[in-house]
Amino acid sequence: MMESFYLSQIDGVYVIALSIFIGIEVIKNVPAVLHTPLMSGANAISGIIVIGGIIQLLTTPLSNIPATIIASLAVVIGIINVSGGFFVTHRMLAMFSKPKKK
Amino acid sequence: MNIYISFIYLLSAIGFIIGLKYMANPLKSKLGNQVSASAMAIAIIATIYWYITSDTIPNGVLVVALLLFGTFIGKYLSQKYAITQMPELISLFNAFGGLCAMIIGINESLIQDASHFGIVDKLILLLGVVLGAASFTGSIIAYYKLSGKMKLGINSRIYAISTLIFILILPLIHFLQPLQFNFLMLSIAVAALALVYGTLFAIPVGGADMPVLISILNAVTGVATALSGIIFESTIMLLGGILVGSTGILLTMQMCKAMNRSLKTVLIGSIKMANTTSESNVEQNIQSISSPETATLLAFSKNIAIIPGFGMAVAQAQKECFEIQKRLEDNGAKVSYIIHPVAGRMPGHMNVLLAEANIDYKDIVDMEEVNHNMQDFDATIIIGANDVVNPAAEEDENSIIFGMPIIKAYNSKQVIVLKRSMASGYSGAVNTLFDRSNCRLLFGDAKNSLQQILEELKRI
Repeated sequence: MMESFYLSQIDGVYVIALSIFIGIEVIKNVPAVLHTPLMSGANAISGIIVIGGIIQLLTTPLSNIPATIIASLAVVIGIINVSGGFFVTHRMLAMFSKPKKK
Repeated sequence: MNIYISFIYLLSAIGFIIGLKYMANPLKSKLGNQVSASAMAIAIIATIYWYITSDTIPNGVLVVALLLFGTFIGKYLSQKYAITQMPELISLFNAFGGLCAMIIGINESLIQDASHFGIVDKLILLLGVVLGAASFTGSIIAYYKLSGKMKLGINSRIYAISTLIFILILPLIHFLQPLQFNFLMLSIAVAALALVYGTLFAIPVGGADMPVLISILNAVTGVATALSGIIFESTIMLLGGILVGSTGILLTMQMCKAMNRSLKTVLIGSIKMANTTSESNVEQNIQSISSPETATLLAFSKNIAIIPGFGMAVAQAQKECFEIQKRLEDNGAKVSYIIHPVAGRMPGHMNVLLAEANIDYKDIVDMEEVNHNMQDFDATIIIGANDVVNPAAEEDENSIIFGMPIIKAYNSKQVIVLKRSMASGYSGAVNTLFDRSNCRLLFGDAKNSLQQILEELKRI
């Protein structure tokens, strides 16, 4: 087990169950002001799907042209979701923390 | 070696959780976003490092180049859109996430030999593809609806359900094998149907319910990500996806609560939508007011409320609001902004706009805080808000928005509505507030009207 980070099935179920609770606990009682930035930030986090594309690209030989092209496309699209999401959240939040009154 | 990567993934997971936690706190939200972004960066870097050092496939440079290219596009998109268009932009980015989940799933069935997957893996992969694809087209529809390029709602519910049945039948045919076709073809076919399903699912959702739709689709992308995490046996993808899924669902429920609507009515809202079109021909007894009159009225008011809505965002009138507020406060009046939980196109949309105009956080009040003593306001100015102040939500059982909590603006001594035309609100319901004796309408672009009021105020 030390040699790998692969999950056994029951580990996976643990991760799923606990993450659900964490997700709910963490954003309970969010003020409405932050709903939009939070949605945007969560959306950026869901862009972690890009890792799937990266794994595909790094484990597929270039000779497999269709798979390489599709994986490349996935990586670009995924990272647009990630970077765009974080940048736009930052832009929104920056407005809240702007120095008030002159 | 692998244990270090696992450890970095763990750090990144903790980063996401802390990031989300901070994001829910107004004082730390900016830091929270940075923490999440850093967590994402280290997870990506660790993944690349691990595969480059352990595999012989030399695609590392390509991956880094693609990542930089995509980051650049993402940054460009995030700066290109005006702050008023944030909701559209969020649904656009969510569409990218869904599309990514879909093509990764299809690609996985292309790369791997079908024998590599057990039946459970196959089902998980297919579900990921379906959710990704549906989220993609659903978000695109939401994008077009939010940007006003598409306002029509047809009731496509029945077609959506038929598509869904096809999506369920195809894998059955594949697994029970009355007809032979390979897994790759199955995943492509299922993806294509899911693209259609996403479109049909999103089309009937009524305009005012758009934020709920985006929130649901956001959660769906999260679940699709988590399913991919299972396929790739990547804890961080699994955890990240589930976090987004659960926060998305909770956020959706909070929004539904704010609008006093059940998720079910939001999703089948279309049928009511179609009936309201005839309603908008109802004759209304309205009284109009001019900008100088408004200015005079404001100059003599001591306690003033401003209720912003999407119209303010469209007219970009938030800075003028702030100017008028300063002017009135110099006169000794008190100005508060009342924000409905779903004003604009998304919760918090108005707060972002007012913050952009430097309006103090303290001057913004929630609907619940003031609704019981709206009569204390000498004047209430409604800027481009419509449905959220429509008394029909309380009185008219047949109204589409019946039951939605509203700001009881009609209780204040005088109401002035800044409006471009007599067009109805986003929901299509007729606003019975305009018939009230204490309500007067100031027609024109909100920004122009506010500028005129400001000029008049300076003269008084």
